[in-house]
Amino acid sequence: MLWEIDIHPRSSEDSRAATALIQAAAELGFARGPRVAAATGYLVQGSLDRDQVERIAGELLVDSVVERSVLGQAGEDVLTDPESAGCDPSAEWQVVHVLPKPGVMDPVAQSTLAAIADMNLQADAVRTLRKYWIADLSDDELATLCNKALANDAIEQVVLGPLEFDRLELGSPYQFELQTVPLASLDDDGLRRLSREGQLYLSLVEMQTIQNHFRELGRDPTDAELETIAQTWSEHCSHKTLAGRIAYRGPDGERRFENMLKETIFAATHEIRGQLGDDDWCVSVFADNAGIVRFDEHNNVVFKVETHNHPSALEPYGGANTGVGGVIRDPLGTGMGAKPICNTDVFCFAPPETPVHAVPTGALHPKRVMRGVVSGVRDYGNRMGIPTVNGAIYFDPRYLGNPLVYCGNVGLIPRDKSSKEPQPGDYIVALGGRTGRDGIHGATFSSAELTHESESLSGGAVQIGNAITEKMLLDVVLAARDQGLYHAITDCGAGGFSSAVGEMGEKIGAEVWLDRAPLKYEGLSYTEIWISEAQERMVLAVGPDQWEAFAALSASEGVEATVIGRFVPTGRLQLKYGEDQVADLSMAFLHDGRPPVVRDAVYAPPAAAPLKITAEAAANPTETLTKILGSLNVASKHWVIRQYDHEVQGGSVIKPLVGAQNDGPSDAAVVRPVLSSHRGIAVSCGMNPHYGDFDTYHMACSAVDEAVRNCVAVGADPDRIAILDNFCWGNTDRTETLGSLVRAALACHDLAVALGTPFISGKDSLNNEFRYVDADGQSRSISIPPSLLISALGQIDDVARAVTMDLKEVGNRLYIVGETFEELGGSHFAAVHRLDGGEVPKVDPARAKRTFAKLHAAMTEGLVRSCHDLSEGGLAVALAEMAFAGGLGAAVELTNVPHAALADQHEAAVLLFAESNTRFLCEVAPEHAARFEELLSDVPLGNLGEVTALQDLQVTHDGHPVIVVDLERLKAAWQAPLDWN
Amino acid sequence: MAQPRVLVLRSPGTNCDLETVYAFERAGAVAERMHVRRVLESPGQLAGYQILCVPGGFSYGDDIAAGRILANQLRHHLFDHLRSFHAEGKLILGICNGFQVLLKSGLLLPVDPGGAIPATLTWNTLGRFEDRWVPLVTAGEKSPFFAGIDTMYLPVAHAEGRFVTRDARVFEQLATAGQLVLRYGARPPQGVELEPRTAYPDNPNGSSGDVAGLCDASGRVCGLMPHPERYIDPTQHPRWTRQPARAAGDGLRVFQNAVSYFA
Repeated sequence: MLWEIDIHPRSSEDSRAATALIQAAAELGFARGPRVAAATGYLVQGSLDRDQVERIAGELLVDSVVERSVLGQAGEDVLTDPESAGCDPSAEWQVVHVLPKPGVMDPVAQSTLAAIADMNLQADAVRTLRKYWIADLSDDELATLCNKALANDAIEQVVLGPLEFDRLELGSPYQFELQTVPLASLDDDGLRRLSREGQLYLSLVEMQTIQNHFRELGRDPTDAELETIAQTWSEHCSHKTLAGRIAYRGPDGERRFENMLKETIFAATHEIRGQLGDDDWCVSVFADNAGIVRFDEHNNVVFKVETHNHPSALEPYGGANTGVGGVIRDPLGTGMGAKPICNTDVFCFAPPETPVHAVPTGALHPKRVMRGVVSGVRDYGNRMGIPTVNGAIYFDPRYLGNPLVYCGNVGLIPRDKSSKEPQPGDYIVALGGRTGRDGIHGATFSSAELTHESESLSGGAVQIGNAITEKMLLDVVLAARDQGLYHAITDCGAGGFSSAVGEMGEKIGAEVWLDRAPLKYEGLSYTEIWISEAQERMVLAVGPDQWEAFAALSASEGVEATVIGRFVPTGRLQLKYGEDQVADLSMAFLHDGRPPVVRDAVYAPPAAAPLKITAEAAANPTETLTKILGSLNVASKHWVIRQYDHEVQGGSVIKPLVGAQNDGPSDAAVVRPVLSSHRGIAVSCGMNPHYGDFDTYHMACSAVDEAVRNCVAVGADPDRIAILDNFCWGNTDRTETLGSLVRAALACHDLAVALGTPFISGKDSLNNEFRYVDADGQSRSISIPPSLLISALGQIDDVARAVTMDLKEVGNRLYIVGETFEELGGSHFAAVHRLDGGEVPKVDPARAKRTFAKLHAAMTEGLVRSCHDLSEGGLAVALAEMAFAGGLGAAVELTNVPHAALADQHEAAVLLFAESNTRFLCEVAPEHAARFEELLSDVPLGNLGEVTALQDLQVTHDGHPVIVVDLERLKAAWQAPLDWN
Repeated sequence: MAQPRVLVLRSPGTNCDLETVYAFERAGAVAERMHVRRVLESPGQLAGYQILCVPGGFSYGDDIAAGRILANQLRHHLFDHLRSFHAEGKLILGICNGFQVLLKSGLLLPVDPGGAIPATLTWNTLGRFEDRWVPLVTAGEKSPFFAGIDTMYLPVAHAEGRFVTRDARVFEQLATAGQLVLRYGARPPQGVELEPRTAYPDNPNGSSGDVAGLCDASGRVCGLMPHPERYIDPTQHPRWTRQPARAAGDGLRVFQNAVSYFA
């Protein structure tokens, strides 16, 4: 019997769901707003009588202080009656149900099913739904509302009117049938078609290599074999473009790479480690799921940043949710498993005010994308109990249809648990969530371009996470690690079991019994089991002598552990379903058989054009400053930050918002991972896609410099900063696009070596383009700008020496550290005044290293009361932020700003708004001024003025006032743009 | 008794257990984490502890409603054991999700004959999760957890923390009995008005009467939404770099009070 229990808010309560929908309707620009009532519903299937269902409603589902329930058998009139929903019966109401599509993860339903069992009642299945009563909309408007705001077709279905079904689909049993793919007879066109239509996304040369391999074997591959090869050879899993052969031509000459990443990014780390010799503090770089560096005498720290761009484009909540879930499993699957201690999340969106009609078919509106992504990150991180302490958001119209979602996690791992080795004979154990149809073809999909058809083609690639399943998994892994109950662990991410087992067994060989994998529902084929990217799973190598204890520990925490195979010394990957062999591949072909990708890359930066400051742009610096503070990239992100728990685990030292009213923008977060110790880590990032339009070399240098200087600004030791690279680029099949990436990688190498700042891990995401057909039937494509995120992990010996950016005390002096150049290219000054051209900021590597070292020495002596890095908006923005964060005024004279020769006559504008790198603004007490100046004597330094008791900013140039403005006005401008409900 | 023993109850989704254990240890107790499944297997173990703490997190994902599923487990399977634990003069503390659990299990306020609980913690007025620091003021001396504490500054981090009673009468009775022991804001409450006197953001969720924490009739079962375990070390304060050095955070007092209750 199928029952439905609807939960309505009592009339005394606001309906959050209804309010949200009315707001969404307003954003769609309807002539008049709809009236809406909303409820959440539970479909409960089982042999239950009405009394029992009433008990479930009363004791489990409804909070009678604020809610009431309506229940009946599915389809009963009372369930759709507007009066049940408290609606005015004289109006015409449309009932709309939104349900997760069959097979989509429904965590609340799972918990409800278990809780009903806990009441000693018997239910077979539960599904949740949302339902709405909507009045005052035309049919067209209702359809638009359903499509654009109410439901996401990738994961949800909409039912208008009463629910017509009387039972929940639970899947039907799977009938085994071995599938082979007739490959031998295909010509080149046939191979191309198979690659595309089978969602393998392999190149013709790769398809031909596979064809030849199986011709030599004298048979056709099974579907599982072909899928395994496609997953393993996918861009997502193998990074074949960047780790491939590239012939590069650029302004820096010609280079031929055998392995581009190895010869740039990895090489930098190798050189730095060589220089450090016995003092090398890197532990494991570019080898495991995350990079590992030394922390203290007992522990190492682990850091990884991943992207989840394509899933987030289709389903922002689920994509971001599983992006966080996925990156947490990286440190957890590094060494013998690290404890996650904090998250960092960086996003790129199109401007949220983009008009609805300007959003092409197949793309979601950027405001909806942003709301969904932020909620997804929030719900996963908060539920896992991992503080989200750092992040950034960048806006550019080119992220329309292809937003970027970077998710990062830092972990703590005992020094003696930092490596692993599966043993021949070990059981292959699947731990955590069950396997379902979710995420099929995720790895190959994320290596393809997004098109307006992606939504229907790859809906299965979208996954919804269940954070609590992962938290339970985490609890078991850390306990089992400390009890020594396994030999190796890895995450089950892109490619599912296929990638996890394939990688872990690469050096040994593996036999997998697919029919043993626990499933969410019946009906999965052996291939679906093998490549499913269902979330919250890890794969472990557990010795037969360890298995009993491991199984008992897992059971005691209610986490499912299942032996699904064994590592056997055959050098082969053999899959079985029952008695039938469904795949038999040599590990050597799988991992080394891929033909090398060979690419040409060319880079020529756009011709330099001078930027001439117009009289109008120079006329009113106060107005310019206010506009920059109110621009999306600079504006306060408090609406996002406050939704994240940034303090769970109790180690928070410097929060993302600091200052007199806890609302100033911190440069980096500082966290104490060990509560009984005062040793801390600092987490920061650097990115500026706009500089890439000028020269990706300088963009990359600026990103590295910014990440490092943010870390140094809060007190991190510049000799102990590790960094990560995340390249998100357009389609690198174009030689110019690949060239712009190679040039950025060369910059990463050069500056990392000069600063002694090693890269320890990284990840790339290519093909970030959105193709669509416009209103005139023209095929168009939008490529994202080159988007290099550099994430930094610093360390602080004693967090009591950490420094925040808010002004502290009247009478203290204000110093600018670093030199200002006429660098306004790509700046916010240029953006608000719509000026083109100019010089993009560059980095002087030797001077940067010296500056970071000397400033850190001053901080170590306790000389610096506050410090802020100069970045977007330059000196003016940094000064304004420090002042309003501290609730104190500042009086500053610009002639003391150390600067290179300036060609432009509007000197004040350059000094205020240039975005030159390696600059800081520091507050120093008068009694420490002499010592501070002495320590920084070989670094450009200018004493600009002092902290005042006035609530304003006063800037003069050569004695003439250029800015006089109340702090309140500046702060309001900065807080307004993203102060969402 | 020298060192009281604390049981910090764990369940799927609990995530403030380690820092809560650390806070109790700093206060001088012996604290250990135990999974609710172990307690359900042998509830007799409770006898070995003087303090039970249900820490923060998202027990069972807060699916259906915050704390609901763990609350139902306590109510259906452990209620008698917990009542006798309480009857022996021991202490029970719920922090954030633990507060939601204690209230919804019927351990904090008695359940009506019809099975309903007269008050709840529900969605913040703002309708979303928020992490921010708030000023707190104690009201009366009913609960030993807040003995000698007038004000505190602590973080909240929740989506469902708005305290609502079924009607004004329930609120009035609790206020009159001195059970509404912890309020958001800087000024101690006057009278028994359920209208909040403190505006957002200092009252972060719109709670009736600015209630941040309450206790049972004995004062020995207590729940609060703010996180005292997140302000033990001075560097946890959001403005520690602006202030003179302190020895310890405000939150430590709550745990020290629990420990010294058994001194």
